Order: sequence, then structure tokens, then C-alpha cells
Amino acid sequence: MVSQSTQLAVTAEAVVKNFGETAVLRGLDLELPAGEVTVLLGTNGAGKSTLLRILAMLTQIDSGSISMYGADISQNGPAVRALTGSVLHAPMLYADMTIRENLMFFAEMYRLENFEDLIATTTAQVGIEPRLDHRVRTLSHGFQKRVSLARALMHDPQLLLLDEPESGLDSQSVARLDQIIDNYKSSGRTVVMTSHIVDHALEIADRAVVLNNGTVGLNSTNPSHDKDEIVAAYSSASVDQ
Amino acid sequence: MMGSLAVIWAIGRKDLLLEIRNKDVVVAVAGFALLVLVIFTFAIDLNQGNAKLVGPGVLWAGIAFAGVTGLNRAFALEVEGSTLEALMLAPISRDLIYLGKALGNFLFIAVAQIIVIPVFAVLFNLVVFRWEMLAISLLTTIGFSAVGTLFAAMSVRVRAREVMLPLLFLPVVTPLLMAAVESTGHMVNGRSWSDMAQWLQLAVAFDIAFIVVSAFIFQHILED
Repeated sequence: MVSQSTQLAVTAEAVVKNFGETAVLRGLDLELPAGEVTVLLGTNGAGKSTLLRILAMLTQIDSGSISMYGADISQNGPAVRALTGSVLHAPMLYADMTIRENLMFFAEMYRLENFEDLIATTTAQVGIEPRLDHRVRTLSHGFQKRVSLARALMHDPQLLLLDEPESGLDSQSVARLDQIIDNYKSSGRTVVMTSHIVDHALEIADRAVVLNNGTVGLNSTNPSHDKDEIVAAYSSASVDQ
Repeated sequence: MMGSLAVIWAIGRKDLLLEIRNKDVVVAVAGFALLVLVIFTFAIDLNQGNAKLVGPGVLWAGIAFAGVTGLNRAFALEVEGSTLEALMLAPISRDLIYLGKALGNFLFIAVAQIIVIPVFAVLFNLVVFRWEMLAISLLTTIGFSAVGTLFAAMSVRVRAREVMLPLLFLPVVTPLLMAAVESTGHMVNGRSWSDMAQWLQLAVAFDIAFIVVSAFIFQHILED
């Protein structure tokens, strides 16, 4: 049963994920309280994106368990997915449909009502409303990323999953993204994101988790204070396959 | 229930909109099937007797082979744009995604048949514009879409998907192809509904079984 009043947004216990013979997550334990912005750091192959894909329920774990807002994700798929909004590497948009058509389609997938209003509000939030009737194919990568963010925000999720959200964005869009993340935090909702821009990530995060070799290498609840330690853990992190 | 139907229809309608803009699938299916028909009219010395004998087989083999081409393309588009993952993020059960994609494939193959069957009637000089043909065509297209959508999803991430899909699809749809060929054969020979009833019943049973089984299996093949 999903409970939005629970203290923990995410609880991962002994999570193992292998791709063939490559071990990506090796018994990862992690608790992320609701209402925090968490940044996942680590070298390439540390398991950040895999962990986000698992939380987005696109990838299944081999063993262990994951709960979101008190509900086991393996037992409560649709209910948990309704609470999450995800922006992953690919924009995940239909290139030959317009922004409006894409958002209307996904609004139907999320069974949203009054979606004309929702689209207007969300597209204004991410600054894409002037191009609502342009086909996605004609947009730059950064603009597509913003449309992807609008798609993730439209159903007002409790947990926002962002995989390197700043990649491809100009400085104005990054500032807008920071504002959205800040609004999320202020309203008691949760953001879990990955980033390779460590300095920027530590500025906006309440918690920094450095993944090292498929487990949690460091879990800091005061990232700006622990910056040197985090950077050291990040730099020394290894990927042993 | 209405919510689920709305989701299925939204996915099918979205596929139709993309097809109207790109014309990827229907052109491939209809073009391939027409080529098969034309090649066979040259390869066989057609007369009134053997047209009724070989015509139904040529028609349905052509549509089955052509259908594979279209099914491959329909799912490849979802994977190339990672939009299948966007569908998987939505709080809907996976079987609705399957049914929506199967609806889209049904529409593509049905539209292709609207082009192919009249050409078949002219080339083979057979009367096919009858209610029996509509029933045979509907049942066969439902079965092709049900099986094809599942196997297209299974093979889409495989490097040799163009080879994998026909290897999976064609053996499984053989009973349905037999039912389509036999009942079309009865129809062109002027026999009644009762003569083709057992074949139509086989097609109905095939469709129901594969829609139920495929919808169940589909949810397990989507995740990594």
C-alpha cells in the first residue's frame, strides 16, 4: 500500500543487479527520506543510472527489495509509477508528433483530467510554451530535454527521478531546472538525481550519495559541508567488473 | 473498464497518427504483399481452375510475409525513440500497452488488406467481396496482430530482429494461416458458411487464446 505520509521516499535493501556477468549493484542498501533532494554521484559504470532505472521500474532487480513510500515496488507497480516522474538519458518523445500531441498522449496514459490546463501550466514552468505546436523532431536536444521534463512533471509526481538533467541545457534552462527542484523541495516532495557536475549538484542537494563498486561508498546529509570528502570519495571510486 | 479502453484506444490512435505522417508500415505491408501476388501471377499459369486452388494460399502467404515487415517496423519505432520506456513509466498495466500496440498493428494490416484484396481479386479473377471474406479477414488479422505484437516486442532488442521475428511468428501462425486459406478456398468455390465453420471456429479459438496468453507474457518481456 502506498502511503505518501511515510518518512521514507525510497528504501533499498540488499539490491543486486547484474547485466550478464557484469555486476552493477552489489547488495546496495539505501534510505532516502521524503522531502529531500538527493544527488547520486559516481564514476561511469558505478550504477547511478541503473539505480534510477530500477526506481523508475524500467529495470528489474535480481535480488533484494525496494519500497517507495512504504510500498514494495514489485507488488504495487502502477500505484508506485503514479508517484514518480522520470527524465532519463533519452527524451522518450515521439519525434513526429508535436509537443502538444506528445503531452496530450502522455496525459491520457496517466489518466489525467483537464489536461489542456495542465499542459499550459507545465509548459510555462519549463519554458516551452512558444513551440507547443512544433514537431519534436525539429527541436534541439536541450529543448527536447525540457519537453521530457514537462512530461515528467505533468502528473505532479511525489518523486522526481532525473538522470543528468542538466546535460544539453543552456545556463538559463539550468537555472529554471534549479528553480523547479527548489519548488519540489519546498513542497515536501522528493528529487533523486544523478550528475557529473559535482559542484553544482552539491549546491542544490540535501544529500549526496557516492556509489562505489555497486554499493554506497559515502552517504552525506550535509553535502556543502562535506564537499572535500565527497569529491575525494567520488575521485577514488572504482568500478570492479 | 472505460479507462482501460481509453488507454488502449489512445495508443492505437497515436500509432495511426504516426503512420498517417510517416506511411512506414502500411506502404511496406501492402507493397510487399502486392509484389508477392504479382510474382505468383507470373510464376503460375493461371486459369479458372488453378486460381481457385492456389489463390487463397498465395493471398494469405503474401499477407503473412508482408505482415512481418510491418510488425518489425511498428515496434522498432518505439524502441529507436525510447518511447516504449515512456509508456512503461506510465501507471498503466503492461497488458494495456500490449493491447494498444496490437490494435495499432491490427489497423495497419487491415488497411493494407483493403489495398491488397481487391488487387488479388483482379489478378486471380476471383469473387472475394463477400461477408465471408470480411469475417475471414478480420479473424486472421486479429490473430496476426495478437501474435505479431508479442513476438515483435520479444525480438525488437535482438540484433538480428529481421530474422528473429519471422522465425518466431510464422510457425506459430501456421494454424491460423491454414484456417484462413481453407475458409477462403471454400468461399471462392461458392460453398456455404457451414462448410467453413470449423475453420472459422479454429481462427476464433486461436485469436482468443493468443490474445490472453500474449497479454500475460508481454509484461514479463518488457523489463531488462
